[in-house]
Amino acid sequence: MFLAEGDHTPSPVFPIWQELVVGTIAFGVLCFVLMKYVFPQMEKTFKARVDAIEGGIERAERAQAEANALLDQYKAQLAEARTEAARIRDEARADAEGIRADIQAQAQQERDRIVAAGREALAAERQSIINELRGEIGTLAVDLAGKIVGESLEDEARRKGTVDRFLSDLAGAR
Amino acid sequence: MSLQLAPLADSSVPWPPSVEEFFPPGLVGNWVTKFSIMVWIAVAVIIVFFLVTQRNPKIVPNKAQWLGESVYSFVRNGIAKEVIGHEGPRFAPYLTSLFVFICFINIFAVIPGFQISPSSHIAFPAVLALISFGLYWYQGIKKHGLGHYIKTSVLLPAPWWVQPILLPIEFAQILIIRPLTLAVRLFANLFAGHLILLVFTLGGFMLWNAGNIALAAVGVISWGMAIVMTLFEAGVALLQAYVFVLLTASYVQTSLADEH
Repeated sequence: MFLAEGDHTPSPVFPIWQELVVGTIAFGVLCFVLMKYVFPQMEKTFKARVDAIEGGIERAERAQAEANALLDQYKAQLAEARTEAARIRDEARADAEGIRADIQAQAQQERDRIVAAGREALAAERQSIINELRGEIGTLAVDLAGKIVGESLEDEARRKGTVDRFLSDLAGAR
Repeated sequence: MSLQLAPLADSSVPWPPSVEEFFPPGLVGNWVTKFSIMVWIAVAVIIVFFLVTQRNPKIVPNKAQWLGESVYSFVRNGIAKEVIGHEGPRFAPYLTSLFVFICFINIFAVIPGFQISPSSHIAFPAVLALISFGLYWYQGIKKHGLGHYIKTSVLLPAPWWVQPILLPIEFAQILIIRPLTLAVRLFANLFAGHLILLVFTLGGFMLWNAGNIALAAVGVISWGMAIVMTLFEAGVALLQAYVFVLLTASYVQTSLADEH
């Protein structure tokens, strides 16, 4: 090996052997430290960074999916509630209809009953009045005729049923 | 290297700049020199920076952590993955160490107070090139076995009568040319860069001291050029680091490739 030594100026194209040694050791130390302690650490950092970013994306995606599921759920619930409401409304409407019909029928019955009762009472009243009048008219007529004729026709009339016959004729003529 | 030109004028300025400028006297022989100190400073600064900024890494990084990660990502995704392919990230730690180391020792070329890069001593590029050489040989042999690795690297799909010419060239390629060019490219760029800075800076002094007003003006222009070339050198320093790492990655890729 051509080694530069001594007092004379060394040739620049031949290495000084001490510098070869120094260069090897210095660069060796540098490589050892950087390759053992620094760059693996950096690779870890890079990986952690990628994980953090990917993890963030994943988390966001998960949150998005969750939100979508919730939205679907709410929509379903809302639709269900709407159907329920419509059903309740329909039922209420049907109920109201039924109640009204019932009330109407009841009122009709009541009216008929009242009217019938009234009619009956009226008929009974009339009959009793007729019967009463019939008696009184007979008496009055006989009394009146007795006064006109001047004698009592009471017994005769009773005997012969004149008044009754008259009244029957009257009724028959009508 | 005895291209000693006649001095323009007598002065204390060492002119012309010579190879001597690259070999200042060592503090303790050749073991502790300006160059070895710069290398140790580079190593210390890099290690401290990365250990401190990566001590407590966060998912959302602060500026310093981000800076360190950016350098690693740049080499990992921009060079290792891009050149080597899916096996690239395996080599990213080494390639990044290499890149950062070369960047730092190169940038000494333009840092005031140092203004010369350890890379302008061929020993340091040579060490790095030898490691790259070892790396692509090791990876090739590990993947294919020695015989098959040499076969896939050396034997090109060409007509048989071309092979006598091709085989030695290809063999020299993986054995000598690749590591040599790696080392020499880095060394020569930084060596020449320093020489250019010396020429413009010292030349400026020479012209300024020439006692001629017109030459003094040219001297000022020369200093201006020294500043421009310093910026240029900064670019070259980073570019050469990139090229070195890119080529290392490319050699590893060819070692791992199934076909030549």
